[in-house]
Order: sequence, then structure tokens, then C-alpha cells
Amino acid sequence: MAYIFGAMIAGSFLYALCSAGLPELSAGILDSAGAAVQLLISISGMLIMWSGFMRIAKDSGLIEKLSRLFAPLLRRLYPDIAPESDAFRCISMNISANLLGLGNAATPLGLSAIRQMRAQSGSDTATDSMVTFVIMNTASIQLIPTTVAALRKSFGSQQPFDILLCVWLTSAVALTAGLFSSYLIRRASWKRSSRSL
Amino acid sequence: MEAVIPVIVTALCVYGLCKRVNIFDSFVEGAKEGIATVKFIAPTMIALLVAVGTLRASGALDALADLIRPIAESIGFPTELVPMALLRPVSGSGATALLTGIYEHSGPDSFVGRCASVVAGSTETTFYAVTMYYGAAGIKKIRHTLISALLADLTAVVFSVLTVGLLMGS
Repeated sequence: MAYIFGAMIAGSFLYALCSAGLPELSAGILDSAGAAVQLLISISGMLIMWSGFMRIAKDSGLIEKLSRLFAPLLRRLYPDIAPESDAFRCISMNISANLLGLGNAATPLGLSAIRQMRAQSGSDTATDSMVTFVIMNTASIQLIPTTVAALRKSFGSQQPFDILLCVWLTSAVALTAGLFSSYLIRRASWKRSSRSL
Repeated sequence: MEAVIPVIVTALCVYGLCKRVNIFDSFVEGAKEGIATVKFIAPTMIALLVAVGTLRASGALDALADLIRPIAESIGFPTELVPMALLRPVSGSGATALLTGIYEHSGPDSFVGRCASVVAGSTETTFYAVTMYYGAAGIKKIRHTLISALLADLTAVVFSVLTVGLLMGS
């Protein structure tokens, strides 16, 4: 991160030096700090509001309800984890919390899930279920993209949520691509190792 | 689509009341968490918004876009999306900073603006999640996790352009 930050600042300086853009750069640096704070303030209202509503969802027991709904699907994705185990419960609750955009609730559940999977496997190599689980957490399955909508609104979008359908489709296809490729790679390497036996 | 948000908000409140949840206290509790989140992301966001602002003011970002433009245009891909798509798996705040740059430059309701929004809404900070989860569990050999996760991110970028192009007709 330090390198990316350094490269961005130093790169800007060098480029401005070569293209005689130093006055603009000087003004830009000073303006951008103020603009950054303004932007944060303008999006924080919407973020805080959604946190509030999603907390109602959490307190009404929606996470548990959703995780029961997803149990049949998750059972197929994690064949080596017993459906009544604590690990399975943590996985399904992590996925449900992610759907609702409750990052604060999802992360501790996810950490507890992967630690239990690790205890089950007892090695420092990721199991198939761990790979599946991490892929599901690197894809965004949040139903309501609140941050993006807040940003769009602060830049004067007429309908900040008009992208919802596109976001849902794209998320679904991306997650499927990630999981399917993982399945193919797994099968390919399994074939290779069984041939060498 | 404009009914989605009011319906969700109302349904949440009614459902909470049926479950005998004190929805006002819950909302306030959640709002507190929201403020904590904003406080948590603010310093990083400001740092990266300044860095991207600097990059833009110097003209380097436009130069970079000019460099990529011929390749991107030949496959019908919006040029401005490229830097953001590259930064997204590495840094969430950095990608957000570039996203605001796109909004400022082309507007949030433009084609690029919408594509960038969909990318931001359907991807996560992949490297962060992989490091955090495997780090916490003490896993050293992560096998094909990163390849598949990055393939999902690439799919999201391609499909953002496809879905916005097909469904929103701009």
C-alpha cells in the first residue's frame, strides 16, 4: 500500500514536472484534501442510515432465517462439513450477513468458520471447502450496494439505485465463474494426481 | 426499480415490529456502528482521494488513459474503467477514489459511470479477504484460491459492461 501511495504522489510530481503542469498540480493537491472530506461527509449520512436499517434486520433474526434458507444449497457446496456442525452454521450465517451487507457481523462469523475448518483438517493446506468459502467472501454478494449508491447520489445521480439489476446479475455470474473455475481446477489436478499413482 | 428501496425499508420495519423488536433502538444501535465504520474508513479514504486527486491534477491519469485507449477501444471497453478495475482487488479505498474520479469526469449516470458502479458493487477487495481469512486460520498453501477469485473479479468487470450496455441501453 505504501508503494502504491508513494508511486501515485511521486509519479504525479514527475509527470507534472515534465509536462509543465506544476501550478495545476499544486492547486489540485490542496483542493483534493478538502474535496475528500466533503465527499466523506456527503456519503456518511446514507451509510449510517443503512447501518441502522440493517441492524433492524439483524435484531429481527433475519440472519438466522436466511441461513436456514440457504442450508440446502450450501450443503452441496461444502460436502465435507456436517450440516449440524458449528462450522456449517458459521458459514451459512456469514453468507447471510454478507447478503444483508452486515460486514461487521459477517467477518467474525467467517473467521470462526475458517478456524473451525482448519481445526478439522489439521494441516496448513487449504481444503476444498476453505477455497470455496474464501472465494465466496472475495465476491461481493451484498444485495444493496449502499456505498456505491451513496457516492452516486452525492455526485448528482438521478436514480442512484438504477444499477441494482446489473449489480445482481454481475455478482451472480462472477461468483459462479469463481466457483466453477475452482471446481474445474480441482478436477484437473485430481486427475493428474491419480494418474501419477 | 425505484420502489425497491422504500419497499425494503418498510418491510424491515414491519417485520421487526412483528418480531417484537424495538426497531428504534436497533436503528440507533446500527447507526452507531455506521458512524464507527465511517470513522474507520475516513483516514484511508482521505489519503487515497488526495493521491488520486494529485494524479488527476498532474494530468498523469489522463495520459495513462490515452495510453490504454487504443487497446481498450478496439475491444469496445470503456477506457476509464481500466485503472479502477486493476486497483479494485488490491485496495477498496483506492478503487473508490478512482470511482469518484469517474463520476466527476463523466457523471454517475453516464455509461462509464454506471459500469464502474456495477464493478464496485459486485466485487470485493480480493487480496484483503484472502490474506485476512487464511492468515487468521494459519493456512500457508492456498492452492488455486487466488486464481479463481481474480477470475471472478475479471468476470465482474466484463459483465458490468455487458449488463449495463444491454439492460440500460446507453
